[in-house]
Amino acid sequence: MQVTAMDIYRLLPQTNCEDCEEAACGEASCMAFATKLSEKEAQLELCTELSSEAFDKLEALLAPAVREITIGTGDKTITIGGDEVLYRYELTYYNPTSLIIDISDNISDAEFAERVNTIEETEFERIGEMLTLDAIALRNASGNAEKFAEAALKLKKSKLPLVLCSFDPEAMKAALEKVGDERPLIYAVNESNLEEMAALALEYNCPLAIFSPNDLEKMKQLSRALRNKGIEDIILDPGTFVQEGIGDTLDNFVMIRRLAVEERDEDFRFPLMGIPALTWIYEKDEVQGGIREATIAATLMNKYADLLIFHGTNIWELIPVLTLRQGIYTDPRKPQAVDPGLYEFGELDKNSPVLMTTNFALTFYTVEGDIKGKANAYLLVLDTEGRAVDVSLAGGQLNAEAVADLIKETGIEDKVDTRTLIIPGLSAPVSGEIEDESGWEVLVGPRDSSGVPGFLEELKGKS
Amino acid sequence: MDKMSQLLKLLEKTDYIEINEFRMDFEELELQLMPAMQRVVQQAATKQAAVQETIKMMEAVDFVPPIKDYPGEVAQVQLGAGTRKPVYLGGQQALYRFEEPQPNPPVVTFDVFDIPMPGLPRPIREHFSDVMEHPGDWAKKAVKDFGANMVTIHLIGTGPKVMDKTPRQAAEDIEEVLQAVDVPLVIGASGDPQKDPIILEAAAAAAEDERCLLASANLDLDYKRVAKAAVDYNHAVLSWAITDINMQKTLNKYLMKEGLTQKDIVMDPTTCALGYGIEFSIDVITRTRLAALKGDQDLQMPMSSGTTNAWGSREAWMKNDAWGPTDYRGPIWEIFTGLTMMLCGVDIFMMLHPLSVQILSEIGSTFTKDYLTSDVPDISNWIAELE
Repeated sequence: MQVTAMDIYRLLPQTNCEDCEEAACGEASCMAFATKLSEKEAQLELCTELSSEAFDKLEALLAPAVREITIGTGDKTITIGGDEVLYRYELTYYNPTSLIIDISDNISDAEFAERVNTIEETEFERIGEMLTLDAIALRNASGNAEKFAEAALKLKKSKLPLVLCSFDPEAMKAALEKVGDERPLIYAVNESNLEEMAALALEYNCPLAIFSPNDLEKMKQLSRALRNKGIEDIILDPGTFVQEGIGDTLDNFVMIRRLAVEERDEDFRFPLMGIPALTWIYEKDEVQGGIREATIAATLMNKYADLLIFHGTNIWELIPVLTLRQGIYTDPRKPQAVDPGLYEFGELDKNSPVLMTTNFALTFYTVEGDIKGKANAYLLVLDTEGRAVDVSLAGGQLNAEAVADLIKETGIEDKVDTRTLIIPGLSAPVSGEIEDESGWEVLVGPRDSSGVPGFLEELKGKS
Repeated sequence: MDKMSQLLKLLEKTDYIEINEFRMDFEELELQLMPAMQRVVQQAATKQAAVQETIKMMEAVDFVPPIKDYPGEVAQVQLGAGTRKPVYLGGQQALYRFEEPQPNPPVVTFDVFDIPMPGLPRPIREHFSDVMEHPGDWAKKAVKDFGANMVTIHLIGTGPKVMDKTPRQAAEDIEEVLQAVDVPLVIGASGDPQKDPIILEAAAAAAEDERCLLASANLDLDYKRVAKAAVDYNHAVLSWAITDINMQKTLNKYLMKEGLTQKDIVMDPTTCALGYGIEFSIDVITRTRLAALKGDQDLQMPMSSGTTNAWGSREAWMKNDAWGPTDYRGPIWEIFTGLTMMLCGVDIFMMLHPLSVQILSEIGSTFTKDYLTSDVPDISNWIAELE
């Protein structure tokens, strides 16, 4: 269950630092600090008045339901886990799912270099954010320890953190001798290699994954055994079954996360990983394989996957995965809206066209991306409480009166001589009403703002 | 290094020794190998003890699946009667199948239009261009070639700014589709708040006792008229709210005042497409289903998703070489949008592309099975098996 500010307050000094020169936490009261702590917006260390006993208690209380784990060191670091809730609307999800691409230790140097390059260079820009991949998973496909270690050494030059995949402790040891100082994720412990893998994780201070396909009892046992050995950074892989077994995989993911969040089951309070790459064992067709691998990824990302390993690198497969991640991990507590008002693009004069859109962040940034540098125009942004055009039209926030007010309030009538407003194609049903209410002529623009520059060009041609 | 040290080095990590073609001086064995053997045996025994201890400790760990009791359940709605093969939606008594498998799998209904729809994306036109002139043929192809559980006939042509078809013409289109297929129908209008109730009423009369889903009733139109048409001619109603759980509750209450029951209503909490606010839909749909299972009687109806919205996303249709072919992007966008809604509890999906429908149905079909009853392959060696 989620920790409340009151739970935290009880363990704080409750003095409001009245005898101090100045509260070290920077808050007006202990209750205010407790609230910040409960929202993860302050660090416990800021409080200088805590006894070490109270500090320990608070630290345990504030520990997220799912342990936060870092893979890699320095600039090559990813952080996963840290979640507190089962549903994002209850708070938010933390630390977006790490998207990782596999690479085999059994391919030629040239192929190897090319694949690393593809993984590092993959990017897709969306709503002003550059979306990229997070790490590389080296697979011991050769079954040979030396080859595995050599390939690991090559990846030392990569700018991305590393996952080492082998069930053979000898191979793992050989690779760790080369890259163990970079804190790679060791994948994975199973029933038969527990002692050796655990020893390596401790020796190199690396996070360690448990692989226990479709067997949560065994998973719990392995987790308990590792914890008893003092291993704290554990990641759970309950197996990814990509065909009919996907139902079992979903169940496993949900059960583990529910036990972590609702029952604080110490053996399961760890990040979850899935391997959509397994799709390619059964599907050799590039298109079918890509679509199915992405589908498995979307399924698991929707149900708590903190780390996913892919095999396919086609951009059309990764774009939807990156987009879904961006959506799921948006903080629902922050309004997805931009300031309403008048925005200016390019060189403007008294005859410049006037466009209108809503203040939903996704809508605004999409429109902005479409006209910035491509057209000269004024853009009126209507306050629809952060709703998209079609949604605010149906919900009533986009209405003729609001548009007329916006025209008046922004003073656009002093900036241009024209009295023509171009509205989004999806708002066509209210075009007449806007004309009546504002006295402006209304032109219905394209349904998708990618058509705006072309639309404006055409208008220019006509006048 | 002498031979013995070499042998000992080799034996360091050994659990047991198998010796082939053995030949050795007898005295040497007694004098020199015995201490070495002893050490190895001791090491192996210590290691075995550690493993034993781990195993013993592991045996003490019990796993109990986290199964909950839910005071409420989702109503089961029957679509299709009379000359239709019925399809059932909802009926869940739990959130996940490891608690209680779903009684009914998610259902897909193919979009069909009463006009040829020039605006449909190319990857879809490719599949249906030969039948788009006739909604009956279109519906037949969706069922016969692509295994549609249901068909949605959108009476877009009735829109005053489209073709302004009359209620009589709408009824004729409905009759054509009813004749062509024997799956249940969803009947959609054009989205014109004035005309839709009139069109839906005419369509409902033409399909009397076939138990179609009338899409939709919402607070912007004369929902009473839509509800009355459903009651009078034995249909169900789609109750549509805009990502607002309170609006959904209010509308459902109003509809039930008009004589509809939980078993006559399907909710559409609005599907925002992937990348275009899908997270809002995730939240509203999750909250709605949780409320149903907690016992909120105004929200215990099955849910519908207008998954087709995905095709409005530019990533699904816009030509852009840097993003790869639209042939693949479009179906994936529709799959992701529908799948995400399905994992939040949606029961019926309005979709367009055959491949999207197939993949969504495959995953949905697992929802009715028990935990750990499917055949799964051995993946213990995936690291080497993957190419």
